[in-house]
Amino acid sequence: MGDIWEGLRAAAWLLISFDADLYEITLRSLRVTVSALFISCLIAMPLGALLVLRRFWARRFVIAMLNALMGLPPVVVGLVVYLMLSRSGPFGVLNLLFTPTAMIIAQVVIITPLIASITHQALRDLWSEYHDLLISLNTSLGQRVRTLLWDGRRNLLTAALAGFGRAIGEVGAIMVVGGNIDHATRVLTTAIALETGKGDFAMALGLGMVLIGLAVTVNLTIHWLTGTERAGRW
Amino acid sequence: MIRRIFTTLAAIFVFATPSISEELKLAVTTSFHNSGLSDILLPALFEDTGIEAQLLVVGTGQALRLGQAGDVDAILVHSRAAEDAFIAAGFATHRREIMYNDFVLIGPAADPAQAGQAHNVTEALWAVSSGAAPFVSRGDDSGTHKREASLWENAGIQPETADWYRATGSGMGAALNTAAGIDAYILSDRASWLNFGNKAGLLLVFEGDEALFNQYAYLPINPELHPHAKSDLAAQLENWLTSERAQSLIDAYEIDGEKLFTFNATR
Repeated sequence: MGDIWEGLRAAAWLLISFDADLYEITLRSLRVTVSALFISCLIAMPLGALLVLRRFWARRFVIAMLNALMGLPPVVVGLVVYLMLSRSGPFGVLNLLFTPTAMIIAQVVIITPLIASITHQALRDLWSEYHDLLISLNTSLGQRVRTLLWDGRRNLLTAALAGFGRAIGEVGAIMVVGGNIDHATRVLTTAIALETGKGDFAMALGLGMVLIGLAVTVNLTIHWLTGTERAGRW
Repeated sequence: MIRRIFTTLAAIFVFATPSISEELKLAVTTSFHNSGLSDILLPALFEDTGIEAQLLVVGTGQALRLGQAGDVDAILVHSRAAEDAFIAAGFATHRREIMYNDFVLIGPAADPAQAGQAHNVTEALWAVSSGAAPFVSRGDDSGTHKREASLWENAGIQPETADWYRATGSGMGAALNTAAGIDAYILSDRASWLNFGNKAGLLLVFEGDEALFNQYAYLPINPELHPHAKSDLAAQLENWLTSERAQSLIDAYEIDGEKLFTFNATR
């Protein structure tokens, strides 16, 4: 219990004293995760919509795979991305290992199946409502995808926030591909792992509080900006 | 609205890549970093040479793998046999000894196995093997783990199957946390132990045997094997690490009045 109290105090002190390192790693956490989330959404949301609209022979298989990959172990993703980007690997010449870009790649792999699955789930229900209308209007595939994505945007927001949550708290993959290099690839989660290793639990917990606070702030901000849960809008 | 949020965020985050100065990637053992010595040396290195050494803090086994793959430009490790094999395989051009410290046996303050009364490390390990308290092993192929394995072998004990032997497969700090949690014995390098923040009920129970000597060496990666390796920066770093400036910094570094490392490079 004493350690938890110390952690709260450490978190408060870090915030009040405008600790430069803290702001640096917090911003890097945000930068990596938001970039990964943005790229993932670009891939996963149209993919989820296509899986609703298109009927092809491997559809069921692809959906089952996406559902299974939602539980992809991050440390395995990290290892595979490491082997790909390593100097001895196929993409070694790109010199991306131990950079934020490598961390973004790993996180995209981790959260894309999650976002695609939730998107597919949400849009399938919407499609059953819109099916007759969109078919009778003789819309093209592109128009249908756009309509579903736009009208299902609130559910897609949930998908994106789930992806954000999984990515911002992830440590296994980015530790392997980022290397936790100070001032280069250190983010909140890897810094927490480092401080725990040093036995400095107060600092580790303090950083943890900052991480939780960050996730809450981002979620609240997005809900506030998009005006959910207001009178008359469900 | 959502679209606008997305485009703004994308503009801010995706395209904001930092510029890069003279950087060198150095894989180091956890003790070099956990002891706090790197926080003293790296700023001084940057001041003197303009080199920004980016540390990858890993175990010796993983450091050697990173060097072998060419993912780092040089490594700083502490496991003589593995280093010699690394050079023999042509992955590094040579090996330069930088500094040393020693390993210490940590255990519960009450010392239930009476390891503290041993005259040498072999006797201490015999005492530990009585099983009066668990023993936590790094179990991660690090330099410390390799040394521990060879000490057990010298003592004629095969601990892997014993029920008091707990292999954690984690770094020095995490293993120390485990030992603190279950009141166990553990072999640690002195620097990591002194700088460890969660000592709980643990104390240093045995030290001072020659077999516990711990030499740190610097190995630059062979540029013939990995042409992209920054061998000129690695050579500059080697010169600096063996300079008088580095010597005074290493020898002066203390925690709680105890000296952690002793410089012993030959110029």
